[in-house]
Amino acid sequence: MAMIAADNRGLRLVTRYAVLVLIAIIFVFPLVFMLMSSLKPDQQLLQDSGNLRAFLPVGDISLQNYTDAFQRAPVATFVFNSVLVTGVTVALSLLLCSAAGFAFVFVRWRGRDTLLALLLATLILPFETIAIPLLMMVANLPWVGMEGLTWGWLNSYRVQIIPFIADGLTVFLFVQYFKDLPGELIEAARVEGASWWQIYRKIVMPLSGPIFATAAILKFLVMYNQYLWPLMVTQEEGYRPVMVGLQYFFQLNVAWGEVMAYLSMITVPVLAFYLYLQKAFIASIASTGVKG
Amino acid sequence: MASKFTVSNRTGWLMAGPAVLLIAGFVILPFFLAFAFSFTNQRLISPNPTEFVGMSNYRQLLGVTMVTLEPVRDDAGAVVMKDGAPEYPSLRALTRNNPDRPELAGMREWFSFSLGGEDRTYVLARDVVFMKAIVNTFIFVLIVAPVQAALALGLALLINQRLRGINVFRAIYFMPVVVSIVVVSLLWRLIYDGQSGLLNNLLGAISFGMIEPVNWLGNPSTALGSIIAMSIWQAVGFHMVIWLSGLQTISPTLYEAAAIEGASKWQVFRYITWPGLRNTAILILIVITMQAFGLFAQIDVMTNGGPLDSTQTIVFQAIERGYGKQDISGGSAISVILFVIVLSISLIQRWLTREKT
Repeated sequence: MAMIAADNRGLRLVTRYAVLVLIAIIFVFPLVFMLMSSLKPDQQLLQDSGNLRAFLPVGDISLQNYTDAFQRAPVATFVFNSVLVTGVTVALSLLLCSAAGFAFVFVRWRGRDTLLALLLATLILPFETIAIPLLMMVANLPWVGMEGLTWGWLNSYRVQIIPFIADGLTVFLFVQYFKDLPGELIEAARVEGASWWQIYRKIVMPLSGPIFATAAILKFLVMYNQYLWPLMVTQEEGYRPVMVGLQYFFQLNVAWGEVMAYLSMITVPVLAFYLYLQKAFIASIASTGVKG
Repeated sequence: MASKFTVSNRTGWLMAGPAVLLIAGFVILPFFLAFAFSFTNQRLISPNPTEFVGMSNYRQLLGVTMVTLEPVRDDAGAVVMKDGAPEYPSLRALTRNNPDRPELAGMREWFSFSLGGEDRTYVLARDVVFMKAIVNTFIFVLIVAPVQAALALGLALLINQRLRGINVFRAIYFMPVVVSIVVVSLLWRLIYDGQSGLLNNLLGAISFGMIEPVNWLGNPSTALGSIIAMSIWQAVGFHMVIWLSGLQTISPTLYEAAAIEGASKWQVFRYITWPGLRNTAILILIVITMQAFGLFAQIDVMTNGGPLDSTQTIVFQAIERGYGKQDISGGSAISVILFVIVLSISLIQRWLTREKT
């Protein structure tokens, strides 16, 4: 009897893992396909997609597609633009949104509650509903730079950065997190005569590692994966980010091998980053769920 | 924190000011500009001054009317048949320069139906493509929201068990979420390919060649469905994680009590898990609905709205007009319509899921 029970348990365990693995295959197969295809010449790529070889690094394997991709498009420029825009936006976003969260939670000032309610109301505005009027707006904004006063922000880095620095969700995440910090500690520090800057820098920031990580990861994903906005505001390739750069691979006939190489180049670093910081990524998505 | 030490108008405005100003300038202002532009004929670049045009953009987008036509009869009064169906007078005669029906000028047939009898009712729209875009977007939302929420819950329950290595599976199921939807859409274009696509080959292999290859994205009856399936595949991990965090808020003592009482798995789910997930469920439905209404990148990369407008969506139309045709006013009007739809739906969802006291 005991033997049968043990066997049953073993069998159930095996089926459980089988189900888990089967589902895992559904989620990874396109990515494996992408990586393997990026190593193959076009003709073989299309032939292989008829069988399991599509998922194996077999046949005429080389990095030729990667070299060709660099020939076809200014890949390095696109990557540089994406890294610059994403990096600057994330950094400024953390600074300004955490400062705002701090002011909303710890400081009492006139207009605080009204403004917070206003910011929360923006959470129900999908970006898609403001994209077109925002396009009109940025096309006519002034800017003072090296060449003096100019009009219009199209084809620049600032048009990809400034509108995305502050957003309701990021401020809200900081507010939620700061509310759980011991407020008495901050008040005591004030009584002791600490300046607001000291409190922010010496008390709040050291306690807020997780929320900074969360906000950074969410912003990073949004910014690096931007498509609609840069598509509209960057006509010059010098300012285009990686996702818009994809269009260079669809002129005339599609060279799938190069496409796959380019996709791998822009995706693998993010995936590696994700796998390395997996827990933090998942925690940051989960924290957007505590809105309720 | 009620002491005078925490009161500081200057600090408050100084610290919150930059973020508040940016949000006011780049989120709230454009939102009001959308309303303002939608009542004008604003274009991105135009030599002519902008004029106020009232509701004309909305009339152009949303104008719908019905016309009932009697079949054509010959001299003897019998219905003229054409290809086995009654023939009806040409709609063009009504919609092109017909002095008797000026309100129909420029309208096109959207669809027609017959409520028995010989008469046929034609539904005409001023902008048939936009009507199709609205219908497609609703189909997308109505399928994606429940299916994706349910699948995500299934995955969350699967991942929530105690098994060695379960975190590896969680990480894998979540993986597509961090990949750009643009990249995903391109990959799936090749998977859905009509000739050598992976999906056709797989279906052919498991049916021993019984299933004919389908041009998934090139066929009006499968294109939207294909995009729906891919969109769910990409985003389901996101909502799995939110369900998981909801599951973890349910007290383990409830499960222990249920185990002692000898409750079945279904009873445990029905009476402990599901009630405990109420708030999570509401949040997930609202989030998925809002995300689904924004459907754009998949369409732009995979089908461009085709074939035969079967994958046109509201946002795709807004961008095509506002950016593609530089018609800021038309694009803004669509944005306002989208906002009204999203707002009404989230209000309805909130009302339906309100705490009943």
